[in-house]
Amino acid sequence: MTKTFGRIKADLRSGAASCESITMEYLGSAESGRRYNAFLSLFAEKAVARAREIDRKLKAGTAGPLAGMVVAVKDVISLKGERVTCGSKILEDFVAPYDATVIERLIAADAVIIGKTNMDEFAMGSSTENSAFGRTKLPQDEDRVPGGSSGGSAVAVKAGMCTTALGTDTGGSIRQPASFTGVVGLKPTYGRVSRYGLVAFASSFDQIGPFALTARDAATVLRVIAGRDERDATSADVPVPDYEKALTGDVRGVTIGIPKEYYGEALDPAIRAGVEKGIEALKAGGAKVREVSLPHTDYTIAAYYILATAEASSNLARYDGARYGYRAKDVRDLTEMYTRSRSEGFGAEVKRRIMLGTYVLSAGYYDAYYRKGQKVRRLIQNDFLEAFKSVDCLVTPTSPSTAFKAGEKIDDPLQMYLSDIYTTSANLAGIPGISIPCGADKQGLPIGLQILGKHFDEATILRVADFLETCNM
Amino acid sequence: MSQHRPYEPVIGLEVHAQLLTRSKAFCSCSTEFGNDPNSNVCPVCLGLPGVLPVLNARVVEFVIRMGLATHCTIARKSVFARKNYFYPDLPKGYQISQYEDPICTDGFVEIELEDGSKKNIGITRIHMEEDAGKSIHDLDVDTLVDVNRCGVPLIEIVSKPDLRSPHEAYQYLSAMKQIVTYLGICDGNMEEGSLRCDANVSVRPVGSVTLGTKTELKNLNSFRFVEKALQYEINRQIALLESGGQVVQETLLWNPDQGVAIPMRSKEEAHDYRYFPEPDLVPVLVPEEQIESVRKTLPEFPMARRDRYIAEYSLPKYDADILTESRDLAEYFEATVRALKRRNPETAKMASNWTMTDVLRVVRERHIEIRDFPIQPERLAGMIDLIADGTISSKIAKDLFEEMLASGDHPGIIVKAKGLVQVSDEGAIERAVAEVLEKNPEQVLKYKSGKHQVFGYFVGETMKIMKGKANPKLVNDILKKKLES
Repeated sequence: MTKTFGRIKADLRSGAASCESITMEYLGSAESGRRYNAFLSLFAEKAVARAREIDRKLKAGTAGPLAGMVVAVKDVISLKGERVTCGSKILEDFVAPYDATVIERLIAADAVIIGKTNMDEFAMGSSTENSAFGRTKLPQDEDRVPGGSSGGSAVAVKAGMCTTALGTDTGGSIRQPASFTGVVGLKPTYGRVSRYGLVAFASSFDQIGPFALTARDAATVLRVIAGRDERDATSADVPVPDYEKALTGDVRGVTIGIPKEYYGEALDPAIRAGVEKGIEALKAGGAKVREVSLPHTDYTIAAYYILATAEASSNLARYDGARYGYRAKDVRDLTEMYTRSRSEGFGAEVKRRIMLGTYVLSAGYYDAYYRKGQKVRRLIQNDFLEAFKSVDCLVTPTSPSTAFKAGEKIDDPLQMYLSDIYTTSANLAGIPGISIPCGADKQGLPIGLQILGKHFDEATILRVADFLETCNM
Repeated sequence: MSQHRPYEPVIGLEVHAQLLTRSKAFCSCSTEFGNDPNSNVCPVCLGLPGVLPVLNARVVEFVIRMGLATHCTIARKSVFARKNYFYPDLPKGYQISQYEDPICTDGFVEIELEDGSKKNIGITRIHMEEDAGKSIHDLDVDTLVDVNRCGVPLIEIVSKPDLRSPHEAYQYLSAMKQIVTYLGICDGNMEEGSLRCDANVSVRPVGSVTLGTKTELKNLNSFRFVEKALQYEINRQIALLESGGQVVQETLLWNPDQGVAIPMRSKEEAHDYRYFPEPDLVPVLVPEEQIESVRKTLPEFPMARRDRYIAEYSLPKYDADILTESRDLAEYFEATVRALKRRNPETAKMASNWTMTDVLRVVRERHIEIRDFPIQPERLAGMIDLIADGTISSKIAKDLFEEMLASGDHPGIIVKAKGLVQVSDEGAIERAVAEVLEKNPEQVLKYKSGKHQVFGYFVGETMKIMKGKANPKLVNDILKKKLES
């Protein structure tokens, strides 16, 4: 069942569906689509019970704004009483004792939470192959990957297993899988959505955001989950607008920047063609389009992998087998407990990034790597601030390729990292970005178009995304 | 000691003070000491996956107090950093601390040397950090971890290498304790670990301006150990150099039972903490107005207060030293003096005597704090007023003090109720004296023959008749007059 939330609300009003019947339908799709391995856990009984409760509220006229919406949640976000594995053996049996702020807000708005989705271990990866619980498959071609790290959430939306899903985006982990699977994926401004309850990969990059079938549905979810949270010191005290009101279907008066560095030779011609079609549609709709430059683009991936891994090496130190999570058996002393629990509990990519991050923070290397990375980050931020002086948003491809074959890049980390070449800059700069479907390549694989906006101006990128959806590309 | 003369020690101290905030530095858990292990905990201080720290504003206020009290520059913007290391009582695998941008820098503390002169000891920096938990090893079972202390706020005060003897180090540490307790930001208890001290020690030939190789001395967790441990280490380094050896830069752990400092295994000290800015917290911004408003709440400090007592109340230095030892005691004394009807050096000295002797005696006997002492300063002042205006004698005052202690009543009320008012009615005293002399003709003869020691007997007998309430001076005068007439 792939219905937008608008359709669901209409069905609820007309009596064609109930929250319970909708939930049952999604559970059926999740069951019949098990082979995609999108979910790590499904809460069938709880979800149905909750749906009935919401049906009662609907009758009584007391239901919240998300009544009828069924949401899947990436398994890196805490939901009280449920496991939060982060796709890792090291947290395989860890049950969260508290709710993340986004979960509290979704529940308060009467969304039904249907289950937790598969992901690259600790959100490290671009293909959802790095999961301790098996890879997630692209519904359009099961030999291919759905992108990552939020591949499970993207597939759950694409395959009609939920209305919307939460993912997290540290370097492109919402936008790139949205692009690969052909759905909408929004990474909000850093600080827009509370990170409390999100198991950290790289704290100064991580943001929670929605996957949806339309920009409008993404806007609806964002409005509920966004806003200052006292439990997250980095969450911003900036008013949350009514994003749906911004979706005017009109782009006249909007100035769109085309960053020339994002259209280099490495770009797949089919993707270039797809994105250019989108740009033409925007022009036809009355938007002004102009070329801009983001001169430090070449340093994006390097700066990102230095800074994000540095933070990760520290964030993942707590998984040491001492208090919770996986602990190696038959250890002789403390050091062996640490080394074996971590060696056995973490997967290869996580260990690679912990080592990278430990290295760049080490005495004697800090200045050459971490400090320099921080400086580059500022330069990249300044590039965007400069560009946004003359344009309202930027349009780029989301990923340099469409969905690739499983196993194709898993042994070549650098190739895998380059999959995020157009997305990591938004995380370095802290700006919002959205990926929307924009046609397909010759094999019928979805192409993603990315719109990047000013800090806290999700409204504009949602407005442009919503306009492009109406253009039937 | 003569062989030490060519060398001088150079010492710097790192003092950790546990702050008296009610909740922890980054979560709302209680900081209460002595609760059941692992009861003052929540997902945040347990470092569970997905939690975030939120800074307790009181911590910033407390460290600003300390910074101002030690003449530091308060940074308008300071940054938290992560100090990364693995240990079972460190749930996150890192400690939130400050590194490159601490909140206070470049201050000093005044200490008093043995010859009474004063010396400024430089403060390099003061920063905020969180405490780790406690590992309990001395049990038959595996090592146990108590994380109640995890996340309790600390400040670390790093001195410049300005200390030149173990005694100076002791004085500096005492000054630290006095300041933190005066500020009310730390209880200053070294034995319980709320004040901790590590030292950096080196020696160099007197007159040399370059520093010798230093060692770090840890576990100086008692005022008694500090001087002893430092002296041990200084002697060790000098002996090493005298014998042609060299000091190795290392960390030593003071063992108070054996009286020796034992090097830590190099593996234990080979830490690379990989400090980097804490991304979960925003920089601490301190506006000028906040600094000024904290400055207004600062108390008067011990040395200044002591000098003022000497100048304002003409108190001996001995009294002033004792009275200013703790802020509570000083404030009790001052409140007493302020409440006196007649305030002069004489009554101030009386207030000082009563505070230093009787008040402190009861406080010690009862193991209570000054602030819990049952006689309010205003009442003690009332009693001193009664002595000063001759209503009661000092002797009666001792009884009155006990009565006040027991009943908590106003001294005037007790004096009236119990008839303790001193009799200064000369006629009554004369009548009593006449009666005593009349009853004791032999003693009168003795006195008149030069045996003046019987005078005390007459005083005692007169007082008996007067039920102890006669003005002793009048009794003396009248007796003398009668006996010598």
